[in-house]
Amino acid sequence: MSRRVAGVGLIVLLAAAVAPVLPAYPLTLLTQAFIVAILAMSLDVLLGYTGLPSLGHAAYFGVAAYAVAILATERQAGFATCLVVGIVAAAVTAAAFGLIAIRAAGTYFLMITLALGMVVWGLAFRWVSLTKGDNGISGVPRPELGLPWSLWGPLPFFYFSLVTAVLAWVLMGLLVVSPFGMSLKGIRESESRMRILGYNVWLHKYLSFVISGTFAGLAGVLWAYYNGFVSPVDVQLVTSVETLLMVALGGPGTLAGPAVGAALIVFLKNFVSVYTKRWLLILGAVYIGVILFAPRGLAGAFRGQRH
Amino acid sequence: MTRRALVLLTLAALLTGLGAALSAPSAARAQAGPIKVGLLAPLTGAASALGRDMVNGTELYLDEIGRQVAGRKIELIIEDTEGNTQTALTKARKLVDQDRVHILTGGLLASTGYALHPFVDAQKIPTTYPVMSSDDLTQRKPAKWVVRTGWNSSQSMHVLGDWIYKNTKYRKIATIGADYAFGWESVGGFQKTFEENGGQIIQKIWAPLNTNDFSPFLAQVKRDADAVFAVFFGKLALQFVKQYEDAGLKARVPLLSNGTTVDESVLPQMGDEALGTISALHYSAALDNPVNQKFAKAFEAKAGKVPSYYAETCYTNARWIVEAIKAVGGKVEDRETFLAALRKVDLKDFPRGPVKIDAWGNPVQNIYIRKVEKVSGKLQNTVVATFPAVSQFWKYNPEEFLKMPLYTRDYPPCKYC
Repeated sequence: MSRRVAGVGLIVLLAAAVAPVLPAYPLTLLTQAFIVAILAMSLDVLLGYTGLPSLGHAAYFGVAAYAVAILATERQAGFATCLVVGIVAAAVTAAAFGLIAIRAAGTYFLMITLALGMVVWGLAFRWVSLTKGDNGISGVPRPELGLPWSLWGPLPFFYFSLVTAVLAWVLMGLLVVSPFGMSLKGIRESESRMRILGYNVWLHKYLSFVISGTFAGLAGVLWAYYNGFVSPVDVQLVTSVETLLMVALGGPGTLAGPAVGAALIVFLKNFVSVYTKRWLLILGAVYIGVILFAPRGLAGAFRGQRH
Repeated sequence: MTRRALVLLTLAALLTGLGAALSAPSAARAQAGPIKVGLLAPLTGAASALGRDMVNGTELYLDEIGRQVAGRKIELIIEDTEGNTQTALTKARKLVDQDRVHILTGGLLASTGYALHPFVDAQKIPTTYPVMSSDDLTQRKPAKWVVRTGWNSSQSMHVLGDWIYKNTKYRKIATIGADYAFGWESVGGFQKTFEENGGQIIQKIWAPLNTNDFSPFLAQVKRDADAVFAVFFGKLALQFVKQYEDAGLKARVPLLSNGTTVDESVLPQMGDEALGTISALHYSAALDNPVNQKFAKAFEAKAGKVPSYYAETCYTNARWIVEAIKAVGGKVEDRETFLAALRKVDLKDFPRGPVKIDAWGNPVQNIYIRKVEKVSGKLQNTVVATFPAVSQFWKYNPEEFLKMPLYTRDYPPCKYC
């Protein structure tokens, strides 16, 4: 555990140190990596620690992003309002969807979350008066924090995302080592045993679902500011699937692993595609490689033989 | 152990790649260097066929001039958008921040256009949109740094609605369109001019983008419709036109459509079911002028297929950019002057005919009324009427027009439904 914390600290320090000398484009990619890492970690709470594979995680991410985009462009709302409304919107959506989804397990849970995700996608696409439909909402201004540096610059916004991601990691890290997090792991390992021991399994799963959705919302808030643009693409199935792959690639149940998986996919997508049109082939090969040689993800592989 | 080694190896390989990418030249080049043109096109995913037409059209023109203008080389940098706006935005950042392109161009989806607007205005990068057609890109939300060299959705539809009323006996028309902004704007433009002439749109049917089976929608078409007006593209267009005939409607109710429904990107894959369809667009591969004949022949030689409007618009777009570079004597580093030159290009001899740019950044160009016919065994869009110098505002006063809301699913309202 402490070794992992040290590892993450090292990566974060390294990123923070090289950022000022990086050219603008790699820096924006690094920013993107940290934002997407929050999303991947949030799904890990659900998938890795609670054992619930969700295929609708883009919904909470997207709801928050839309909330920020609408408030910031139409109401000129400040950062605090956007942040709070965005995260609350994601949490409320997760709370509502959780009531429906938590009843099921395994593949059924996967299908229900997928369907619920599609509902949000449908709303984003069709509720044109609110979401501008397919055209998306553009021109979301970067927030004013009253700091001496404007977040319009790539470097200040990078540090802003970095700090947020680290905070999210710390909070989720504390959650998963807390007694609550331990009982989540217990549920993952054996639901029936936990039930017999007197735990309210449903409530634990439900809370995990809502918390996970809330953190996905945090990522969504940042994402809206990062791109300055929100569209149905952000809430579509592909986004959910990609998040799931990030977690699988990095190693579920490790938090730091999915974050690394997220960063890896962001860089693979954007750097390899520069050199070849067949970059999807390489991405596919990496997935297969990880599944064959490191079935517990990159983090799992580094832990070696220890089980 | 081997596992760990393999994972480490993969990581090392990735890091090396990353290092190579980072060390790519990023400092601003001296003026003698090449002029860099960044092209965004969907090369993977569902729209990759359109992306290939875009790239082929662009390359065809650049190769014709030996990739050189005003004493400087032209370097074309192509980035794949996957037909996804978030990817397009990231790639646009890459082209601007890393490759330091002098001009940005391309893009397919309307949402990409809206997303790029604030970005290119903030970066002050001269940009052209050869394909993205959403009306508001040059109407209610124009961008200073963007010049559209393509078209806008309702431009040719205003013409069609007017022409149909004046040249046919159709008075009651049912519309069926793809249920998203492009469909709404195309139907809206058609409805506006058709109804102002005295015609009636008696029904508006919307089919989702993922429709495979159109029979539930076709079954709704009212019996008293004189004609059906359709708005689709790509795979949807192929399926719709086929199923329109299969449902027995074609024999009874003539089919009218927007340009993309029978565009040359889909027409060669259609059969006789497409025959007789009347549509309007700013281009047809069958246009009978020497420039287009030469272009169509050269494009077929390069790509092995008839040019679609996507191919023509990117060919014209490439020439547009080159003409602007000539006008500033190759000094593209002076961005304001270069942008002004891009807006000032005014030529008569593009494959699609004469084009110039209006004050909002949209082309004023010929609109052709076309009819699908079979000539020597192949389907083509034969031009039956030409409307010269059509603006995006048709015959309306621009200020008045812009006070009207954007065409949407429910605007103009369906008074006769």
